Amino acid sequence: MRKSLAILILTSLSIVSPMFVFAQAKNDILIKNATVMTAAKGTLENTDILVQNGKIVKIGKNIAAPAGARVIDASGKYVTPGIIDCHSHSMLDAINEGVFSVTSMTRTRDVLNPTDITIYRALAGGVTAANLLHGSANSIGGQNTTVKFKWGHPVEDYPIADAPPGIKFAMGENVKRATSFAAPGSAVRYPRTRMGVVETMRDAFLRARDYKQAWADYKAGKTKVQPRKDLELEPLVEILEGKRLVHAHGYRSDEHLNLLLLADEFGFKVATLQHGLEAYKIAPEIAKRGTGVSIFTDSWSYKLEAYDAIPYNAYILWKNGVNVSINSDSDERMRRLNLDAAKVMKYGGVPEEDAFKMITINPAKQLGIDKRTGSIEIGKDADIVIWNAHPFSVYSRVEMTMVEGEVLFDRAKDADMRRAMAAERDALEKLDVNKAPSGGGGTSPRIPSEMRVKDRDEADQADGGNR
Amino acid sequence: MKAQSADRTSKMKIFLSAALRLLGSVVVLSVAVFAQNDGSEQNQTGRGGTFAIVGARIVTVSGATIENGTVVIQNGKIAAVGANAAIPAGAEKIDGKGLSVFPGMIDAATNVGLAEIGQGVNASVDISETGTMNANAKAIKGINPHSSHVNVTRVNGITTVMSYPTGGLIAGQAAVINLNGSTQDEMAVIREFGLVINFPRISTGGGFGGGFGGGPPVEFSEAVKRRDAQIDELKKLFRSAENYLRAKDAFAKDATLPYPSYDIRLEAMAPFIRGEKPVIFTAERERDIRSVAKFVGEMKLKGIIVGGQEAWKAADDLKKNNIAVVFTNIYNLPVRDDDAYDLLFEAPAKMQAAGIRFCISTGNGGAEVRDLPYHAGLASAYGLSKEDALRAVTIYPAQILGLGDKLGTIEVGKVANIVVTDGDILEPRTNIKQMFIAGRLIPLTSRHTRLFDSFKDRK
Repeated sequence: MRKSLAILILTSLSIVSPMFVFAQAKNDILIKNATVMTAAKGTLENTDILVQNGKIVKIGKNIAAPAGARVIDASGKYVTPGIIDCHSHSMLDAINEGVFSVTSMTRTRDVLNPTDITIYRALAGGVTAANLLHGSANSIGGQNTTVKFKWGHPVEDYPIADAPPGIKFAMGENVKRATSFAAPGSAVRYPRTRMGVVETMRDAFLRARDYKQAWADYKAGKTKVQPRKDLELEPLVEILEGKRLVHAHGYRSDEHLNLLLLADEFGFKVATLQHGLEAYKIAPEIAKRGTGVSIFTDSWSYKLEAYDAIPYNAYILWKNGVNVSINSDSDERMRRLNLDAAKVMKYGGVPEEDAFKMITINPAKQLGIDKRTGSIEIGKDADIVIWNAHPFSVYSRVEMTMVEGEVLFDRAKDADMRRAMAAERDALEKLDVNKAPSGGGGTSPRIPSEMRVKDRDEADQADGGNR
Repeated sequence: MKAQSADRTSKMKIFLSAALRLLGSVVVLSVAVFAQNDGSEQNQTGRGGTFAIVGARIVTVSGATIENGTVVIQNGKIAAVGANAAIPAGAEKIDGKGLSVFPGMIDAATNVGLAEIGQGVNASVDISETGTMNANAKAIKGINPHSSHVNVTRVNGITTVMSYPTGGLIAGQAAVINLNGSTQDEMAVIREFGLVINFPRISTGGGFGGGFGGGPPVEFSEAVKRRDAQIDELKKLFRSAENYLRAKDAFAKDATLPYPSYDIRLEAMAPFIRGEKPVIFTAERERDIRSVAKFVGEMKLKGIIVGGQEAWKAADDLKKNNIAVVFTNIYNLPVRDDDAYDLLFEAPAKMQAAGIRFCISTGNGGAEVRDLPYHAGLASAYGLSKEDALRAVTIYPAQILGLGDKLGTIEVGKVANIVVTDGDILEPRTNIKQMFIAGRLIPLTSRHTRLFDSFKDRK
């Protein structure tokens, strides 16, 4: 018995070992002489950071490089924690399960695409982690996935294992399908009004409460028939038990407040109001409940419920003591969250350090991952960005991004890679198979029609407001 | 009324509206007067006068920056600039200590004023006329002078925009406007600026232009044929307009000839096909840009490209045909997965190196035109010099809009579109301290500051 167990352990070790070696093979990294914006203890000048086994182990002056460590001279450069985007749909192959008004059984975890180039582009913008949310087509949407952008890794490495689970809620125009049309012959989906949205949520929580009670009764021996596992209600029970974070999309202050009141009614806390473009109108009510708000700095007017959005939103919330994060909800905007945080200083006058926290430690707190990331502190994951200038400057550029001590974007290396790729493309284009058919007069090679997709620039990239 | 400061005007307004609620219709006359000057979303038009900004850093753009100088604004124009410029008696002095003076920024491709809320509020949208040929549709006639996009945009230092219609093949005529004025004509810098054409492109997607629901994708060679047919259609329209104008000219000389009945659309083409005014083509890819260049050459037009992702690759054709590029792609993702991540950030630097006439634009509908300085700044982070980045949103767009002698720099005789800041105007942390449009001191209030004031102290 004992022997066979030992063999089993040995076998499994040998299977696991490549990954094990991979993790061990991470070099120690010593970043020297940087200006470090810690997002915890202010900005430190001429400071070194030692990274070992993917963690920040030392921060200080004149740290000696351990043998074999990679030393990066960051003189004149800025070093920050990786940016965390608290609202993203990057690397998702699907965003909305739009048929039902309650789709709590769906999971973005099931549609992660680790080859999505937007991951690399996000790293090139200094983003290392994101809240990958279901869309906003449903009053109660699907389950989120909180990921680190571990570009080049297999998909199972992306989700942060100890991040608390979450779920998307939504209210307002998208949920009531204000701007979308029912396909011919299909029924209009309930709800169609903000009244119906609140009742949809209340109904779901009443069912979840009953379901929870049914299990409790069964477990206490009060009932004999085991309840059928309900994939829709299980996540809602977790919300009632405080085990699952609610990230609630919405715009108008009244609907956000209605959700907070509903949460009061059922005894749970809303983790974040997402978008919350009118949150400034109910800042005291939000602050009282300890709910976070994750916003765009200054997007507005793209639809009616965004017409009262103001760039002073972050300031008013901050002044009321609300934990604010700045998100992108966009693969494009994600690359310049540093500039969106800079704008927060301009509109109202949030101090630099607090504005910077809105893209680092604040979203980490909102996602429950602040113990491991979101700031430069000893013991935290080495999710680190090196910039050529102050990240709030429009002239700044990311030079290097590492996730857990692994350099996944390096501008110098990128230049080499694009040269190599250009050479590869040239070579491929010269291959016979890619030459035009003889006498074809310059026509392109035949590609079976099922293999062709539309050019991406010709596809309508608009999200229809459902993100 | 106009001499009143903006703050006092708005305080008066609050007081008056409260009084009105009490007094009912007794003061109807006052309501009418106020509606004219400061309605609910009326863009306050500021006040004129003679102003001297004294002791400021003056970034002239046309020449060297003056570290400690004076700018005099009189009769809507820049009357004097320099370290020792004389200040006219009675001029209102503005202390420029620690501040910088820039020319107002210009965005040469927006839809400002044509759509307040793009999604879901169709009644507020006037961007795109129905039909394929709308040469006579004029943006200036659709622009809402009281749009809140106007006040939100200008308080970030943008004083002038080109606003253009979209949709169809020939979309209509763009306008160049200052972001100030109570009527369309008060705003207009060039009422009818350029004719906008959505230039046919090679598209393997189904349907016209590869749009949504256009059927299955087609072979590339088929897409080329389809594009060629659309260009032929466009050429036919141009020829029809030429023939129409020829027939009119002939009739003017010889009244015995048949009278050509008036065609409102073809008539509208006249200044554009004659090369008196520019034709604005939307195009992104090298192949489409080259095909625009060919069209411009053949038809002998004055051409401008809006978009221009791959313009730097077609520098030879663009230069040969003297085509300028309004680059609208800083806030866009590269199209192809294997494109360099910074391909579009770098494009302006590449255009500059290739000697293409270009400027940087947001290409935005209206709400986010205020980000114009950051588009230019990002291009600078990726290769464009800081000086060229500033030019790309001041003098370059002025020149492309044919206004190089009136706007875009701080020089004597130019229109006084001037912004005073506490730092580099391209930086997001910089605050705008004062601004002038055509010599009028503009209040730095907007829909956003008004909402801010309403809620900032709510307990």
